[in-house]
Amino acid sequence: MSVGESATPLGTVRGLGSARGGGEHWLAERATSAALLLLGAWLVASLFFLPSLDQRTLAEWLAAPSGAVPMALFVVAAFVHSLDGMKMIVGDYVHDEGNRFAVNTLLLFLAVGGASLALFALGRIAFGGAA
Amino acid sequence: MATDPARPQSRPKSPHLTVWRWGPGMLISILHRMTGAALAIAGLALLVWWLMAIAASADAYADFNQAATHPLGLVVLVGLTWAFFQHLLSGVRHLVMDTGAALELDTNKRFALLTLVGSLVLTLLIWVPVLGGLL
Repeated sequence: MSVGESATPLGTVRGLGSARGGGEHWLAERATSAALLLLGAWLVASLFFLPSLDQRTLAEWLAAPSGAVPMALFVVAAFVHSLDGMKMIVGDYVHDEGNRFAVNTLLLFLAVGGASLALFALGRIAFGGAA
Repeated sequence: MATDPARPQSRPKSPHLTVWRWGPGMLISILHRMTGAALAIAGLALLVWWLMAIAASADAYADFNQAATHPLGLVVLVGLTWAFFQHLLSGVRHLVMDTGAALELDTNKRFALLTLVGSLVLTLLIWVPVLGGLL
């Protein structure tokens, strides 16, 4: 049997089979956690050292490339990492295959929707002249 | 068997559903999951609201600010700050353990306790000056 395949075609479609596939999930979770370690430190330090936290100061901070780009990266990494983690929790506690599929799909929609809203807001700040 | 003098009286037990006790390792493990879920749900919702408010207008941001500086809002923000640092430090501990290091019982226990102390200290370092400024 080749790598990651199940004994039956249906099993392959359902993602069953040997554990030879799946290592990339484990690595991806560590990659996003390492990214969030750096970006999270940047975010906390930025918020702490900004001269003030009023809307004007924050919009100017996030309109500049030095604020907009790390924040966009933080948003993407945080949503990907959170989706990974929530799916792991769901995988542990939701045993019915159908319910698990439904909850995971809902989580995917929430993550993509939330990340899109955040990135739209960042785009509006950077390109919309909100500052 | 119990009377065999060559055998130690207290034998190690394997943890099971009802065979366990509180310890730093299991506490940090469940806290990692709980803080992660809190950050994913409340933390990200707040992040999106915050960014949308900054993008919208000074008025929209004033609404966010009013909620954030409300006593309940401050409890949520301080709680999420602690959750952030606890999850971050516990995550670093996991990255270290992924390399095969720090798995010895005493080292493992010490690192687990250090994440608790570290998250508390970092949260206080952030919020004591901020709350001092607000009060």
